[in-house]
Amino acid sequence: MTVFLIRRLMQSVVVLFVMSLIVFVGVYAIGNPIDILISPEADQMERERAIRALGLDLPLWEQYAVFLQRAVLGDLGRSFAFSTPALQLIVERMPATLELAIAAMGISIAIGIPLGMWAGFRPESVAGRAIMAGSILGFSLPTFWVGLMLIMVFAVHLGWLPSTGRGETVEVFGIRLSILTRDGIAHMILPAFNLALFKMALVIRLTRAGMRENLLMDYVKFARAKGLSTGRVIFVHVMKNIMIPVVTILGLELGSVIAFAVVTETIFAWPGMGKLIIDSINQLDRPVIVAYLLVTVSMFIIINLVVDILYSVLDPRVRLKEMKS
Amino acid sequence: MMMLRPGWLLAATLTVAAGTASGADLTIGLGGAVSAMDPHYHNVATNNMVTRHIFGRLVDQDARQKLIPDLAESWKAVDDTTWEFKLRKGVKFHDGSDFDAKDVVATLSRVPWVPNSPSSFAIFTGQITETKVIDPYTIQMKTAQPFPLMPVFMSGFAIISDAFERAPTEDFNSGKAAIGTGPYKLKQFVRGDRIELEKFDGYWGGKQDWDKVSVRQITNSAARVAALLSGDVQIIDQVPTADFARLKKDPNTVVSSVVSNRLIYLAMDSNRDQTPFVTGKDGQPLAKNPLKDVRVRKAMSMAINRPAIVDRVMEGQAIAAGQLLPEGFFGTSPNLKVEKFNADGAKKLLAEAGYPSGFAITLHTPNDRYLNDEKVAQAVAQMLTRVGIQTKVEALPFATYAPRSSKLEFSFMLFGWGSGTGEVSSPLRSLLATYDSKKGNGPSNRGRYSNPKVDEALEAALRTVDDAARQKLLQQASEAAINDVGLIPLHYNINNWATRKGYSYEPRSDESTLAMGVKRTSR
Repeated sequence: MTVFLIRRLMQSVVVLFVMSLIVFVGVYAIGNPIDILISPEADQMERERAIRALGLDLPLWEQYAVFLQRAVLGDLGRSFAFSTPALQLIVERMPATLELAIAAMGISIAIGIPLGMWAGFRPESVAGRAIMAGSILGFSLPTFWVGLMLIMVFAVHLGWLPSTGRGETVEVFGIRLSILTRDGIAHMILPAFNLALFKMALVIRLTRAGMRENLLMDYVKFARAKGLSTGRVIFVHVMKNIMIPVVTILGLELGSVIAFAVVTETIFAWPGMGKLIIDSINQLDRPVIVAYLLVTVSMFIIINLVVDILYSVLDPRVRLKEMKS
Repeated sequence: MMMLRPGWLLAATLTVAAGTASGADLTIGLGGAVSAMDPHYHNVATNNMVTRHIFGRLVDQDARQKLIPDLAESWKAVDDTTWEFKLRKGVKFHDGSDFDAKDVVATLSRVPWVPNSPSSFAIFTGQITETKVIDPYTIQMKTAQPFPLMPVFMSGFAIISDAFERAPTEDFNSGKAAIGTGPYKLKQFVRGDRIELEKFDGYWGGKQDWDKVSVRQITNSAARVAALLSGDVQIIDQVPTADFARLKKDPNTVVSSVVSNRLIYLAMDSNRDQTPFVTGKDGQPLAKNPLKDVRVRKAMSMAINRPAIVDRVMEGQAIAAGQLLPEGFFGTSPNLKVEKFNADGAKKLLAEAGYPSGFAITLHTPNDRYLNDEKVAQAVAQMLTRVGIQTKVEALPFATYAPRSSKLEFSFMLFGWGSGTGEVSSPLRSLLATYDSKKGNGPSNRGRYSNPKVDEALEAALRTVDDAARQKLLQQASEAAINDVGLIPLHYNINNWATRKGYSYEPRSDESTLAMGVKRTSR
């Protein structure tokens, strides 16, 4: 176990290093952020000054060396646009994204599993077919279009819900949360549902497949033969078995929802990390882009590590020592 | 999970129908992003418009960018190199302290100091060689050379309290140092989301219409329009052209427009003998750069049907341009008219210049910077192709486009220029003066256009304190540059704001969205 962890840690450091190098060089190749940041009225001297102030006058390798030196000490640099430490910017935005991601996951589970179970239990019924057709839409409709339609219908025409923004927030231990206020929840419903739609379709499909497969299993027949009610067979015995793949997939999907909620956050002007990264890319705010991707990569590394460890706990046949990556 | 009970729904619907704003609260939907509350940190339009609510300036600009007194009641040139500002008495900062000359001195000292500034306000203070406090309400500024633009430059930056002369940017963002003399106090700055402002009762300029103002950043334009339609915000800026007609027709919204100080123009490499993106029609390099010939440039300008672009591409949301700023701005020339569309004349001029069958050129354009930038470029390309100049359009995101054009990688470019000073020396100096990094001339002259006549007249204008004489010189410089086709003006954008019914906005040529300009028209 210890050997495995150490090896994993070393691999992670290499991944982070390579990642930072690629992003650094990539953003450098796109162009010079000074052209976007500086006032058009600035003259050549002011331009020179700004370039020096942001450290952009050094050759690329030197800029990278400075970055590495500081990164080792936990400082990922200051945002060009905000002059705030990049890591602080990301941490500031994280609660907004986290609560949106968790709400979206909650919605997709709460709606997706019952629908999927019904579709699997009665695949030939009208409802079953309708659910499957709906899940195809959930997969194939582009998120930005659905988001705009949600705003048009629920905010503009019906006026039930606010169109954009985060609403009223409450500070809990210095973290701004909107899930604790009525206004905040009203603001969250549309973006969370928009983000949930794709995952919901995924959950429906997984649950339905699991349901259909398990209903044919011997243990179901045995339970029936024993005289158990349909409800008990389904909700106790079958449910347990179909949850395994669903939970595995959702765990991994949570990471991607957190990291890539860009489209939903942009349409709903939700001040989360996704909006930060898209704004930063538009401004070529390199420290933020690099820091964001490093944080994302770290997150995926940790999730994968936890999954691997959990496997070995759940299934004694899996031995960590033999796992290569 | 939220259960939607019918009663609650009905109530919610009714609130919306009645207009969601309670009392005198105002919510603004802003198309840009705001990076800091430090008024001296980043010289960018969105930051400036928000900090203007909180901080006063010595001199202010009205909706048409005419100078009006703010913290300075009056100003005059004592001699050629000395400007005197008489400060307003009885002005209070948000913390109750008095405003006087020491705050101006502190501000002048802080402006060039701000660390890590990506775009410094020092461009407005660099000309000052000495500041003399005559008495607490009189201050004199000396310059090395005559500097007629001093009052304009004094409208470029905010005055802070001397208590915060060395306060870092973070202190302004947190609100600790965001203490100004403006009509609104900063309540909260939530980066990337919104800015909350509160009325300042001690404001010298009298009572404000709004108790609370919330400025929300909604950068996606479809979402911004939706927020207005749903009544979440009462005013939005940067109305997308596609939604303009609809918002105008909608009985619940009002649109206000004014011609902006932003010129959309084409820049040409008229300096190098060989230019990278001009070839013969067969793809072979040409013997010399045709853009160096004024007849070719003139022909290109004649080949463009500006009214058609304004009508079709801009859907009427622009005005065809014949010079650097719309009529009425200081320094514009009454002699310069919009170039008439004349395809035959263009062909003839091209033949005269030795290109009877034209040549091939690539027009580079950003696709995310100016209103309909790429579409305008496409239209221009078709028009030029019709007179024989085979034009290809290459559209790039501004983040890539700007650095490459600064490195002079292009031959023919679409750009926009908004005159921050509200007069014509700004585009003349930045876009058309001969590039000279020592003098600070031509920093955005990406075609490296050079004309001694323009340089001379401009240089003289920038040394002439007398307004009438300066205006004449600026007109001369404009005429010299435009008649020589130093750039091809296309159109001036029209700035649009949309408000909910019952609200009005005094539209501004500088694209700013200010709560001070929003009025309640009914109820």
